Amino acid sequence: MMLGKPPLEAIRIIFWDPLFDPNFAAYSRPQLLVKAAPLILIAIGLSLGFRAGIWNIGAEGQYIMGAICGAGMGLAFYPTQSVFIFPLMIAAGALGGWLWAMIPAVLRTRFNTNEILVSLMLVYVAESILASVSQGLLKNPEGYGFPGSRNLQQYSSAANTEIFVGTGMHWGVVAAFVSVIFAYVLLTRHIRGFHIRLTGEAPRAAKFAGVVPTRVIVFCLGISGMLAGLAGMFEVSGPAGQITIDFNSGYGFTAIIVAFLGRLHPIGILLAGLLMALTYIGGELAQLMLGLPGASIQLFQGMLLFFLLATDVFTHYRIRFGEGK
Amino acid sequence: MSLKSILTGAVAALGLTTGAYAADVKVGFVYVGPVGDGGWTYEHNKGRLAVEEHFGDKVETIFQESVPEGADSERVMTQMALQGADLIFTTSFGYMDPTINVAAKFPNVKFEHATGYKRSDNVSTYSARFYEGRAIQGHIAGKMTKTNKIGYIGSFPIPEVIRGINSAYIHAKKANPNVEFSIIWAYTWFDPAKEADAAKALIEQGADVILQHTDSTAPQAAAEKAGNVVTFGQASDMAEYGPFPRVSSIIDNWAPYYIARTQAVLDGTWTSIDTWDGIGAGMVGIGEISSAVPADVKAEAEALRDALASGEYHAFTGPINKQDGSVWLAEGETADDGTLAGMNFYVEGLTGDIPQ
Repeated sequence: MMLGKPPLEAIRIIFWDPLFDPNFAAYSRPQLLVKAAPLILIAIGLSLGFRAGIWNIGAEGQYIMGAICGAGMGLAFYPTQSVFIFPLMIAAGALGGWLWAMIPAVLRTRFNTNEILVSLMLVYVAESILASVSQGLLKNPEGYGFPGSRNLQQYSSAANTEIFVGTGMHWGVVAAFVSVIFAYVLLTRHIRGFHIRLTGEAPRAAKFAGVVPTRVIVFCLGISGMLAGLAGMFEVSGPAGQITIDFNSGYGFTAIIVAFLGRLHPIGILLAGLLMALTYIGGELAQLMLGLPGASIQLFQGMLLFFLLATDVFTHYRIRFGEGK
Repeated sequence: MSLKSILTGAVAALGLTTGAYAADVKVGFVYVGPVGDGGWTYEHNKGRLAVEEHFGDKVETIFQESVPEGADSERVMTQMALQGADLIFTTSFGYMDPTINVAAKFPNVKFEHATGYKRSDNVSTYSARFYEGRAIQGHIAGKMTKTNKIGYIGSFPIPEVIRGINSAYIHAKKANPNVEFSIIWAYTWFDPAKEADAAKALIEQGADVILQHTDSTAPQAAAEKAGNVVTFGQASDMAEYGPFPRVSSIIDNWAPYYIARTQAVLDGTWTSIDTWDGIGAGMVGIGEISSAVPADVKAEAEALRDALASGEYHAFTGPINKQDGSVWLAEGETADDGTLAGMNFYVEGLTGDIPQ
């Protein structure tokens, strides 16, 4: 509005056109799933930790390591074709993310370091490793010396293709839905989920109930690292296609917003992930059709979270003017 | 907000703005940075504005800024094509595979990818011979340095950047046999904070000339603060830092190319080509050499510029050895474009390794 663009039209382009505009919808709807899948996958993992008061801020790093390990596993077999390659890559991706998350987990449980700092700093380490492998270990030997791996989309055994053509449903989307169900069952039906919630809501009670904090920490960080690693692996073998120096585009950080936007509840996260994806895709359309600057879309996304948290504050606390009794 | 602006907004939304005029050709631009980066994307956007100005109502342009390389860029290009773009310029190296993918899906849309090497029937590539500009910078740097230490902020170790380092080094060495280069890799095209850190680190190591292959003005600001450090504008003139520390610049001038290619689409004569133009064709501009440069150095630099422009002199003319001492170019031999396009080695005298 302040930018001199018609506000209602902007809202329509962001929220309505990607879903229902005859020109774009056929393309945007599947893209919504593609964009939301990694966000949901990572956010589900993060939400478990957040519920227990374990703050894994470094999902971006785990995402990168999952992608590197997954792609590395696939490229190690190039150009052999076999149905076992893709499952092996999934395992490698999960393992990569899990291992990267185990570093803050072990440091926290052994030396009581702060997992927020450690996991965040490990993002920068992962970025350096990413830069190094895309110019060395995983560099495409037929790439004329340019950095970046072979394109996995062109290597059918390792490609994360759409299960039904034209729907955007690749294996990562399936994994995202499975993770939502898994998290829902875990939190509502399983003793471990109860322990997680208890640790976050009443740490003392958790101790009396015999919850071992170390186990909860290792479990939560492990799961979130694993899911972030999976997200990275599905992304690199599907939509992105190759490991490049700046392969990561902030999914690990955006997922933190998604987790909170979804109120740390699995179903909420599913919806929040889709909503976030919608603001990305609709935001791009708004840039194209109205010439809105890119930063205004980020501003909009930021405001979304800000107002949600503000509403939270007002629901939980009452503002009193004047002196309290 | 006043009631009036609410009403205006509502009325506009109700359809007054939908009366879009029908341009003959719609041209899309995908940018890697914000249009206000003051460097790479800023200059591409200037090219876009020049297209608008040149063709008026016949051409409509659309653009998207700060598009991450990879899957996101593929979506952006697809949306542009769906929206009816006839010609799309993708202005970063990392858009290469996405451009090829999207181009295959839209055979009637023409694509132009900057600085890449993959082409198809509807994908052209274009780039500029920035290394010619680097030769001039190298010469001025060699003459201006007092500590004989020249700092270089690299973005990514890709052939494009390595060419620039080699060209600058060769000509700095010719001007001053004692120069040494220190290179810092920033692994970004645009990140003012990282670029400022790199510049400060180089200055602390004693460098009194900073060359940059990143797009922000942060290194200029760092040099200005240090007081006695020379810099060069990158991608854009960065004249606001002249006459000192910025003593000259390499300016990317995409406008003539963008206008010519849009014209070709209008005329129906567009074909897939590979363009690599330099100072001579005007794609690489040399920003004014400021008064901080001694007159004789300025004259030499200008002579070098003219020789490069006319083609009388090639920036890579032998004898040049590779870093390991093996012969690359014999006396009088000039480099071929194939080797330059894939350049992945330093020339003799440079220290350190290209990150692997």
